[in-house]
Order: sequence, then C-alpha cells, then structure tokens
Amino acid sequence: MLQALADGILTGSIIALGAIGLTLTMGILRFANFAHAEMITWGAYMALGALALMGPFMAPLGALSFGLPLIIAMVIAAVLTSLLALMIDHLVFRPLHGRPNDMTIVFSSFGVSLLVRMVVLLIFGGSAQYYSNTLQIAVPVAPGLRILPDQLFVLGFTIVTVISLHFFLQRTRLGLAMRALAENPTLARVNGIDTRVVIRWTWVIGASLAAVAGVLYGLTVQLRPEIGFHLLLPLFAAVIIGGVGNVFGAVVGGLIVGLAESLSVFIIPPSYKLAVPFIILLIVLYVRPTGIFGSAHHAGAK
Amino acid sequence: MSGHLFQANNVVAGYRPDLPIIHGVSMHVDAAEMVTIIGPNGAGKSTMIKAIAGVLPISSGSVTLAGKDITRLPTHGMAAASIAYVPQTDNVFTTLTINENLLLGASSLPKAKALEQVGKAYDKFPALKQYRDKKAKVLSGGQRQMLAVARALLTDPHLIMLDEPSAGLSPLMVSDVFARLRELVESGVSVLMVEQNAKAAMAVSHRTYVLAEGRNRVEGVSSALAQDPEVIAIYLGAGGRKR
Repeated sequence: MLQALADGILTGSIIALGAIGLTLTMGILRFANFAHAEMITWGAYMALGALALMGPFMAPLGALSFGLPLIIAMVIAAVLTSLLALMIDHLVFRPLHGRPNDMTIVFSSFGVSLLVRMVVLLIFGGSAQYYSNTLQIAVPVAPGLRILPDQLFVLGFTIVTVISLHFFLQRTRLGLAMRALAENPTLARVNGIDTRVVIRWTWVIGASLAAVAGVLYGLTVQLRPEIGFHLLLPLFAAVIIGGVGNVFGAVVGGLIVGLAESLSVFIIPPSYKLAVPFIILLIVLYVRPTGIFGSAHHAGAK
Repeated sequence: MSGHLFQANNVVAGYRPDLPIIHGVSMHVDAAEMVTIIGPNGAGKSTMIKAIAGVLPISSGSVTLAGKDITRLPTHGMAAASIAYVPQTDNVFTTLTINENLLLGASSLPKAKALEQVGKAYDKFPALKQYRDKKAKVLSGGQRQMLAVARALLTDPHLIMLDEPSAGLSPLMVSDVFARLRELVESGVSVLMVEQNAKAAMAVSHRTYVLAEGRNRVEGVSSALAQDPEVIAIYLGAGGRKR
C-alpha cells in the first residue's frame, strides 16, 4: 500500500509537469492542444540524442544513475522542444487562429502530434531505449517502502519547478502579462501588451516543462516513441480536474491521476489501470466541468 | 496639417473588412477638450472608438494624434502613442488584484517608472488603495469604472477614449464619473467618449458628434446642439433613450 502511494506520487509528479505546460497553453491560447503530449516524447528523445553526442555516460552523481551530462541534455532538450513548439505555432496554429470553427485548430493539433511521433520513430527507431545502463538499487526508506534515488530526484525536481513557476507567474511582469492574456486578450492589448511576444514565451515555458517531464519520465521507464501518447489522457484528466489555466490545479490534478492509477490495482485488475484517468475525466466532466479550482467564469492562469 | 490634437478622416471600419459599419466618419478633438459621440443604437459609435483604439481594423481613412499617423498602429502600440481606451464592458481583469491591474496598465513603461505611476494613481484615486491586494471581481460597477480610468491614465495619455463610462451606474455615480472626467480635461487631458446618456454627457462636454447609420449626422458645440430641435426630437425628447 505504502509502495503504491509512493509510486503514485512519482507518476503523478511527472504527469503534473506535463499538465502545467498543457494548462498554460490551453488557458492562454484557448484550444486543446493534443500535440502537447508529443512534446514530452520529443523532449525525452532529444535528451537521448544529446547524451549520445556527449559520449559515454560518465561519473554518476552520488547514488543517482546519471551524471551532469543528463542535466545538460535536459537543457538542450528543453531548447529543442521550445524551438519545435515555436515552429509548429508559426506554421500551423497561428495561421488557423481566429477561424470561425474552433475545431479546425484542435484537429490540426492531432495531425501535428502524429507527425512529431513519426519523426521521432524515423530518427530513433521503435525499440526501447534507456538513458543509462547503470543498475540502481532501491533504498528502503520505511518498512515496506523502497525508493530509487532517481525517483527522489524526480520528486524534488518537480517540487522546485512548480514553486519557481508559481513565483514567475506571480512576481514577474511577463507572468502578470500571461495571467492577463489568459483572462482577456483584447484588454491585455489595450494595456499595451504585445500578445504575440507573450504567446511565444508561453510556448517556450510549456514546451520546456514538457521536455523536462519527458526526461524525468525517461529516467523511470524505458523510452519508446509512444510514451507521450500514453500520457495524453492522464495529462488532459489532470488539467481538467485542476481547471483549465490553473497551474496549482494541474499539479493537484496530476497527483490525483497518478495516485488513482497506482492505487487502482487494489480494486481492479492491473490491466485496466490505463482506463483510470479516463474514468476520472468522465466523473469530473459530469460533476464539476470547470474542475476543482476552476470558476464558472473562464479560468485565467493562476 | 491642421492644428487639432486628434483627427480622424473618413474612417471606414467594421468587424470584417467586407462588412463596414462605419462608412467614412470624420472627427477631431483639441487639446484639453471633452467631446461626446451620441447616436441611436447601431449608429456605429462604439465601432468608431474601437477602430481608433486599434481593436478593430480600419479599412480606409486615417487617424492622427499630435500630427503622427496612428491608423495602422497595433492595439498594443496605442498606449505608447499616448492614446488610452476604456472599453464599456470587461474593462478590468477580474482575476487579478487592483494593484496588478494598475501595473498592467503601465506595461509599456520601464519598471521603475511604472511603479512610480502606480503610486501616483493611488494618490489620485485614494479609494482604490484599500483594495490594493483584493481581486478586482470584488469591486462594484462604479469602482471598476474608477479602476479602468485610473489604469488608462497611467501612461499620461494625451487622449483618453471611453465607451459609455456611465453604463450601469447609479445616477449619483454617473455625475461622479463625469465630474472626474471634467477634472481630467481641466488638467489638460483630452476626452472622447461614447454615451447613451446623451443629456448628461452633453451637459459636461464641449462638443458633440451625432452619428447615424455609420455616418456623421450633426456636430457642434454641446450647449447649442442640446437646443437643436432635431437632436432633441431624436435623442433628448420624449423619444430619447434613457438608460
């Protein structure tokens, strides 16, 4: 039971990182971006590519399975994922924005997600890959609870990221502009805010978080081109539970989905685990469509 | 070039370029002048000031401020060009605090200058200070209007445009808002406002433009227009609309 709780929190924190990026872009750009999950795949594989170029996996840090090169690879992955997001926005989403039919842009994001996944498949192949071959030994932290040092790193990193993002949104001018844009784009422009610049930064932040989530996820599971796709439903469930545009809500939503998935094995056969986020999504949409932290009014980025 | 502070010449504009609502409207505002735009529903009053503010595209005609062409300036460039606009509805960010609303209004200024201007805004509108860290959604209609005007003034604009500043306010609040605007004009700022509350607006403004069906209908000194039989019949008399 304790082990399942710990596993749930770990999966949940990775889902949370991905969901923060998704909730920000959904709140500010106002469409459901199905390609966001593929940013996670792209980020994870870009880090793999960067690691391959940096040479052998040297000197792991302490008890972790990886060393400094992985951190550098994570930064490179964030940059490359941001570039991909900006390119997709420029080529696909921006030309479609403001069309009378909002569904066009949503469907185009489906197309983009297929394209990105296939490009990853083409470059890296479909077989499972790993960042590291180092064997890690789980550390017992409590009776019946063993945690890998990598998992602790994932958890710590997520907490630091969420807190920094919160301060960024609350304390900086760009963060304030992002929250304003999420509530009322026209009024933001009237206030002298160049919304194109703010939107670009939103993509960069969302994509970077997705890349980080991808690398952290890659540390705990094997890399396959489908990892993003399998996170798609949990991500959307987390965003909708938390209320679209609500960063704190996305974190709570991610943890709820992660915990529900890992605790579900006590009630239903493990093979049905993947259906859990779907069921949560249905319940939330039925009972409280605006999410736990969403207001009846359009939620801004908080 | 004429000597008017603000000038709009033959402006054609609308929500879609192929469906203009304004069919060649011209108007001007002088320095420290208060000008009202009135007209029946659908006359294109709001469309006109939205087009000037850059919120709606202008398909032909020109707009100048202090001799500078601002016709094609993007919306976010207006604040820096010294023109401010207060929309009729949704004119404050309800999910942000009062202080954040004000900081946003100073987005086009360097940070130090922005903080200084926000400080001045609290001096000018002391009632806002007590709500500093409250979300704007707690404010009443009149307080929101005050915040919206305070926000618009942060960049020290030459011209402030307001879309129905009296809409939804109690009669007492209406005279308060108009008195505030009058003070602004006395301090040298020009005001261009759209109003349904024609009588009250004409009583405080220097000149008035009457629009109908997207065109200039009548214009003149407010006190004279208020006596004009046609204007009285349509807007101020028994047939006049009162909100």
